[in-house]
Amino acid sequence: MRHLTSIRELTKDAAISLLDNAQQLSQVNDREVKKLPALRGKTVVNLFFENSTRTRISFEVAAKRLSADVINFAADSSSVSNGESLKDTAQTLEALGADAIVIRHPLSGAPKLLAEQDWISASVINAGDGSHEHPTQALLDALTIRQGFGLSQDLSGLKVLIVGDILHSRVARSNILLLNLLGANVTVAGPGTLIPAGIEQMGTTVNNSFEDALSAKPDVVMMLRVQKERMQGEFFSSIADYSKAWSLEGDRLTMVGEDALILHPGPMNRGFEISSEAADDPRSQVLRQVSNGVAVRMAVLYRCLSGEQL
Amino acid sequence: MTSLILKNLTLPNGSGADIEIEKGRITQIGSLSGSGIDCAGLQALPGFVDVHTHLREPGFEASETILSGSRSAAAGGYTAVMAMANTSPVTDKAEVADFILDAGVRAGFVEVQPIGSVTKGLQGAELSDIQGLSESRSKVRMFSDDGVCVFDEDLMRQALVAVKAFNGVIAQHAQDPTMTVGAQMNAGALAAELGMAGWPAEAEESIIKRDAELAEQTGSRLHICHLTTAGAVEVVRWAKARGINITAEVTPHHLLLTEELVRGYDSVYKVNPPLRRLEDTLALREALLDGTIDVLGTDHAPHSREKEECEWQNAAFGMVGLEHAAAVLQEVLIQSGASWERFANVLSVKPAQIAGLEHQGQLSVGSIANIALIDPSAKRVIERQTNSKSVNNPFAGITLPGQIVHTIFKGRFTVKNTEVQDQL
Repeated sequence: MRHLTSIRELTKDAAISLLDNAQQLSQVNDREVKKLPALRGKTVVNLFFENSTRTRISFEVAAKRLSADVINFAADSSSVSNGESLKDTAQTLEALGADAIVIRHPLSGAPKLLAEQDWISASVINAGDGSHEHPTQALLDALTIRQGFGLSQDLSGLKVLIVGDILHSRVARSNILLLNLLGANVTVAGPGTLIPAGIEQMGTTVNNSFEDALSAKPDVVMMLRVQKERMQGEFFSSIADYSKAWSLEGDRLTMVGEDALILHPGPMNRGFEISSEAADDPRSQVLRQVSNGVAVRMAVLYRCLSGEQL
Repeated sequence: MTSLILKNLTLPNGSGADIEIEKGRITQIGSLSGSGIDCAGLQALPGFVDVHTHLREPGFEASETILSGSRSAAAGGYTAVMAMANTSPVTDKAEVADFILDAGVRAGFVEVQPIGSVTKGLQGAELSDIQGLSESRSKVRMFSDDGVCVFDEDLMRQALVAVKAFNGVIAQHAQDPTMTVGAQMNAGALAAELGMAGWPAEAEESIIKRDAELAEQTGSRLHICHLTTAGAVEVVRWAKARGINITAEVTPHHLLLTEELVRGYDSVYKVNPPLRRLEDTLALREALLDGTIDVLGTDHAPHSREKEECEWQNAAFGMVGLEHAAAVLQEVLIQSGASWERFANVLSVKPAQIAGLEHQGQLSVGSIANIALIDPSAKRVIERQTNSKSVNNPFAGITLPGQIVHTIFKGRFTVKNTEVQDQL
């Protein structure tokens, strides 16, 4: 594995093996000395064309725990804003010695393009592109689900409900693909205007009622972060109306099974798509998702840069 | 100048013959005495006519010039191209049209006939100087805002009325702009997965339906550029059954390529209208076979590397096509059992009629010698680089049948033994 730009690039075995690696690596986080020499001498560049402090820090911690050198390149405050092309930026970073480029980009497909054109030879890892994919988020979610149910292989038979703005969500897309690969049953729920036509073909059923979807007793309820400014006008009538119909709160929270898990990729809009009551519920996995994020990214970086499994 | 004889070629009707050319005209067809150029195994066709070429000059010479585009056209077997109006300045007045006409004559590889824009500056607000263009030295007969749709319905009606006086034609780029804001590719499951705004088929079909009704009311000629959907085929079929004066075009890329190619976000596959589903491609092929679609138009749209080597969303729409059109058509038509006469009709005879080019689309005694000679038995892997200045070539790496061996424009070889002849 040289790049990771889409879950489509993984086989089921590769995905499970990545999760196994991440599971082992998560134990490094519990040690007194949280560091392995695995990527000593390697250089990882975080190339962020879009601000995302959490994801950037998570990749940075992951690379540092493997002893790689890390360069953070915030493209919105650099020469890129003066019109430098993606190709030139990537070639410049490679000339500076980058072995891996972790890229976040507002346009769908930019990481895949970088990986597939012969502009650079560095590994390309997608840290979220437009409304396309966010593969390491899906992997950390899968690891969290595996741990939550004490599983050691795939997720067969589990019912996962993803709720919110599916149309603009890269988290939803990567999750639909990975959860299918791992044998889970996926349902997406949200207002019709925020569910892209044809999404069923990725391997999901669609439900336009939150209550109805919850009454099917999903094992996992994954709430998506919703951009408030999108919820008035073209896609939805008003922010308040959205929250009323689609927030995980009150009666809906009581509909969630006792053994079910609540996931959210963060950062949360408390009181909007998720109530504080739900966010702080014992079933909520939000902080475990964050720590698993580091482990998953360590596994991905190691796999891409060494070509080996741990 | 003595006469030239092409020996042992095959005519579109399948019979063998020799052709004698003298002073730029075909003087004899039959079994002729005297020696000449052996064309055994070669299929003779009237030189091809492209109703839809972007030559980029004036204004965008980094992508293509009238000379480079003409050379590419000749290499593809063409003897005439219709030059689209989205140049800079836009071809919305006589001077621009005549500049293009003259530059085409100077280049000398094909007949370059300018298309006038429907609206001033392609802005969709006011009509161009349609009468002035029609009365210019270029005698413009075809008008199009291609690249953008003439969306204002009343303006479209006025344009149809305006060209009727001289039997002109409006070539519409059918795309409802309100349904395609930010659209990047075909709408549907793949766009959903790739996270890009989609281009619904209805955006194309609704405009064709509307314009067919306008053509019916005005009695004017309407040509639909680059059909791409199964539904669009149905609308054209309906309009033709009603007796509406409508013709339709399909591009080589929409006959051969599908949206699956978008998966790698390689902007060489970015085109307007977009590559569609396999079902649409099959419907287009069927429509070309049954005559619902009249002509192949390349929509040859060269772009410089800078406009292609970037994120999909930032890249320009369009792909080159002049040098592969005949090969794609052979793959689609001939290999489905259609005749070379049908091939000639789609690539030469009918386009010449639509465009109003009286010296094109004929292969008969007395006509100007505009001839393409194909070796149909050849097979070739398409190379990325062609005679075009641009390399946004979606056919690179694909194996296609047929090879243009000679192209003859006004009695002279522009391509001889597959080589473009620069000493004209």
